[in-house]
Amino acid sequence: MPSLVQSVDWVALTPVVIPAALALAVLVADLFLPPARKALLGWLTAAGLLAAGLTLIPLRDGHRSTFCQTPGASCSYAADHFALVIQALVLGGALLTALLSLATGTTDATDELPGGEYWFLLLSSAAGGALLPASRDLITLVVALEVTTLPAFALVALRRGDRLASEAALKFFLSSVVATAVSLLGISFVYAATGTVNLAGVAHGLTTAPGQLEHLAKAGVALTLVGFAFKLAAAPFHFWVPDTYAGAPLPVAAYLSVVGKSAGFSGLILLTVIAFRPYDDVWGPALGVLAALTMTVGNVGALRQRPGADRSAVRLLAWSSIGQAGYLLVPMAAAASAADPAHEIGTTVAYALMYGVVNLGAFAVAALVTRGAPRGRLTDYRGLYARRPAAALALAFFLLCLAGLPPGVIGLFAKVAVFSSAVGAQHGWLAVIMAVNVVIALVYYVRWTALLFTRTEADAAPAGLAPAAEGPSATGPAAVQGPAAAAGTPVALAVAIALTAVAGIALSGAPQLVLRYAQGTLL
Amino acid sequence: MNDTALQYVLVAMLVLPLLGAAGALLPIPRALRLGRTPERAMLGLGVLVTGLVLVLAIVLAAGFDHDHPATMQATTDLNWIPALRIHLHLGVDGISLPLLVLTALLTFLCALYSCFSLPKGPGPQAFVALLLLLETGTLATFAVLDLMLFFLAFETVLIPMYFLIARWGGEGRERSALRFIVYTVLGSVIMLLGLLLIGVKAGTFDMVTLATDNGSHLSHSTQLTAALAVGLGLAVKAPMWPLHSWLPDAHTAAPTVGSVLLAGVLLKMGTYGMVRILLPETPGGMHTYAPYLAAFAVVGIIYGSLACLALARQGNGGDLKRLIAYSSVGHMGFVLLGIATLTATGVNGALFANVAHGLITGLLFFLVGAVKDRYGSSDLDQLAGRTGAALYGRAPRLGGLLAFGAVASLGLPGLAGFWGEMLAMFGSFKPAADLSRPAYLTFTAIAAFGTLLTAAYLLTVVRRVCMGDRDTADATPALADVRGYEFAAWTPLAALTVVAGLWPAVLLGLTEPAVRALLGGN
Repeated sequence: MPSLVQSVDWVALTPVVIPAALALAVLVADLFLPPARKALLGWLTAAGLLAAGLTLIPLRDGHRSTFCQTPGASCSYAADHFALVIQALVLGGALLTALLSLATGTTDATDELPGGEYWFLLLSSAAGGALLPASRDLITLVVALEVTTLPAFALVALRRGDRLASEAALKFFLSSVVATAVSLLGISFVYAATGTVNLAGVAHGLTTAPGQLEHLAKAGVALTLVGFAFKLAAAPFHFWVPDTYAGAPLPVAAYLSVVGKSAGFSGLILLTVIAFRPYDDVWGPALGVLAALTMTVGNVGALRQRPGADRSAVRLLAWSSIGQAGYLLVPMAAAASAADPAHEIGTTVAYALMYGVVNLGAFAVAALVTRGAPRGRLTDYRGLYARRPAAALALAFFLLCLAGLPPGVIGLFAKVAVFSSAVGAQHGWLAVIMAVNVVIALVYYVRWTALLFTRTEADAAPAGLAPAAEGPSATGPAAVQGPAAAAGTPVALAVAIALTAVAGIALSGAPQLVLRYAQGTLL
Repeated sequence: MNDTALQYVLVAMLVLPLLGAAGALLPIPRALRLGRTPERAMLGLGVLVTGLVLVLAIVLAAGFDHDHPATMQATTDLNWIPALRIHLHLGVDGISLPLLVLTALLTFLCALYSCFSLPKGPGPQAFVALLLLLETGTLATFAVLDLMLFFLAFETVLIPMYFLIARWGGEGRERSALRFIVYTVLGSVIMLLGLLLIGVKAGTFDMVTLATDNGSHLSHSTQLTAALAVGLGLAVKAPMWPLHSWLPDAHTAAPTVGSVLLAGVLLKMGTYGMVRILLPETPGGMHTYAPYLAAFAVVGIIYGSLACLALARQGNGGDLKRLIAYSSVGHMGFVLLGIATLTATGVNGALFANVAHGLITGLLFFLVGAVKDRYGSSDLDQLAGRTGAALYGRAPRLGGLLAFGAVASLGLPGLAGFWGEMLAMFGSFKPAADLSRPAYLTFTAIAAFGTLLTAAYLLTVVRRVCMGDRDTADATPALADVRGYEFAAWTPLAALTVVAGLWPAVLLGLTEPAVRALLGGN
């Protein structure tokens, strides 16, 4: 007679529990802290996220699971390798977002960003993002997805009195809620057809479902996937992204571009590879078409950005993130026809890790530049190398990683891995479309990179001003290691850029560090 | 010298410029100052590093076992990225050794040249860093033996060359640079697909293993697809007509050293890839495409020559740099023709023509750059006026060298340009057994006609630039003749052109056994 009270493996849950508990603690602490010391909350958040990330280390053998119906089977929470890697990405992404927010928040947070609520929302969303990859039933999956996105609406809208932000949040909210509703409808169909919400159980149920329920099951599968495709911002569900990113505070846009995306694709992976496995002849080609469409729409959109327009830098990153989401979908489409789908999706995970690091890095430099030029135009990056050589070199490196050109070796090999999975799965047409897209993307990434090193008229004309600005950054040897030496760089921002740059360079030297996930089986 | 020592020499050749590039971006330590000002020090660093690499290349060539040029020597094989089955596999044989030495030499000469005549642009620090990064990429292309590393090296040269053109170039540089990079990347991602196809189907990316297999693990249709994809990517780089249209603009806009390296080294990466990858690894595919490749090659020869003739004519406002660029299209046509014969003779000719073109066109771009510096323009009509620029009279040594380069380029027997093109046509006269002989005879005839056209436009250039009437010759202000540093940068190229022309066995002895091994011992 099994006990009615489940034993809960709290150790396995720590990566989720720490951010969640800390979120409440921060909200309460906000009430008692004097306004002058609110910055402490931010550092507390960053420390908590770091601690949550560190708790992944003891779990790394990846055997734990909890909330099981029978001991060791049909669990709702599994801390396997897939979950751990995505949790590391989510927590790391949230940590860097916290660092970015500290830098943009500490100077004028008192008016713009309400401190306590901001950290509370960020931590809640991170807790959801960490829960999502570990969830193994449909209900937990949807709850996790909503915990990730609901605070994100508020984060987008948080800047008081900013009409653009409110509009962005409303767009994000309305389209997201519709997608969730569609997804829930799909899940109810799937439940009706299979009689279970456990992912492995659904897979079993779909193969044994009675004939008259087949259409219901198929409709359910399609509708569920639509909801998750929306979170990933796959075309044609991408239209909210550019406005939302441009309207949101910059750290929040960075957060959405990495953590929001990772929530979307890890959900999609769990659904397709585990639950809807029997229908791989349906979702495989569909994901392939979605991937081709997404990357093309994203890259063409990015190419069409006018450099002089307000917030064009973030807009370009937003469109390019849509394009990158398309690349993420390619191995998943290939997984449908592979003998071992869990093997193929490792490539998606590896690509996402690369993308997470360099995209956050690019956002960090964008945050730095936006401090001096609040309009956030691409033209503000002209001649950045002359003003802040280290930041410019870092951004150039990140952009080249995103484009997949040396010296961004890791970006190149991550793309090679994606290409390789498409070629291996006989998806030649997808590989060719992706090849064309890589070239389109190259144009705007290289243009931006070139802009960093273009001399401005201002640099040439007032000779008296230029040395004053360059002085501190050009003298110390630290100027190359990190932007800390550059004048007026907040510590948190410098740490964020240095962290991502070091990670990117380390990965370029040893791409195996992330690409090993493309080799083994994660799930 | 034993193989372990050579192995370190080869690795050092690749690592040294990379470290130099990183070092160039760092603030200069005072102890390492090689000149009076930071700018001089930076340029000195470039000369020092490229010089060291050249010394290493010479050591490598001296230590190379010349009795067995067909075997890979100085090999290193480390497992770098097991997930993608990518090995750090390096090595040299008789095919890659001449190209490695050529690359090291040309880069050193470029560093030396720019030490004294830096093109107008953002300053020497980035220039040196980019030059060294470019050297790493080009050397790596010729030294790696793993398909994915080849792709990595192939891509490494793009960013440095893009910036060299876009920042230090002449008129229309941004456009030309973007065009250059977009064309080449489009080619190289398609090449990547072909390489991946080979790797996935054969289960390895190792070029030595794949070459030994001679495509026996690949079905004919796989070979066809892979050869087409890889061939397209390499043909853009080579460049093969009609995929050459990035080249004239890029060469015209690039600074002198950029043009020298672009023509002297970067174009060779395409033809080297064809010999190294396509011939041995997809022989079936190459066999199907060879006649088409040969046809495109001879069209390129005629097209390049006709374009040059048009540019050389009075009143057409032809740019001298653009003319040399188009002549490259023609010369690379001979290289492609040699490869397309699929015979040892033809491929040897192609490899010889590769090196010869690197030396001669490198020299010509240096000379044209010098002419442009002196006149402020490379527009042929402006230079020559109505009667000719009379360079023989105004700067006799410069004029003499220019005439020498032109004559070498048109393939005068006794100079380097002769042997490669002769052998390529000879191979085409008697192509591999199962290729259509009549078609190749036609190609040979067309190519031979192309040599006539080449002679025609180059002699026109010599007449219009070097000769002229006495009034022009005595015109003031006097032009500076060849300066010391120019002399230092150009002499090795001219000397090697003569050596390779008089003693072709130096090169052919290296390539011949290796080519026979690659073609499967026939």
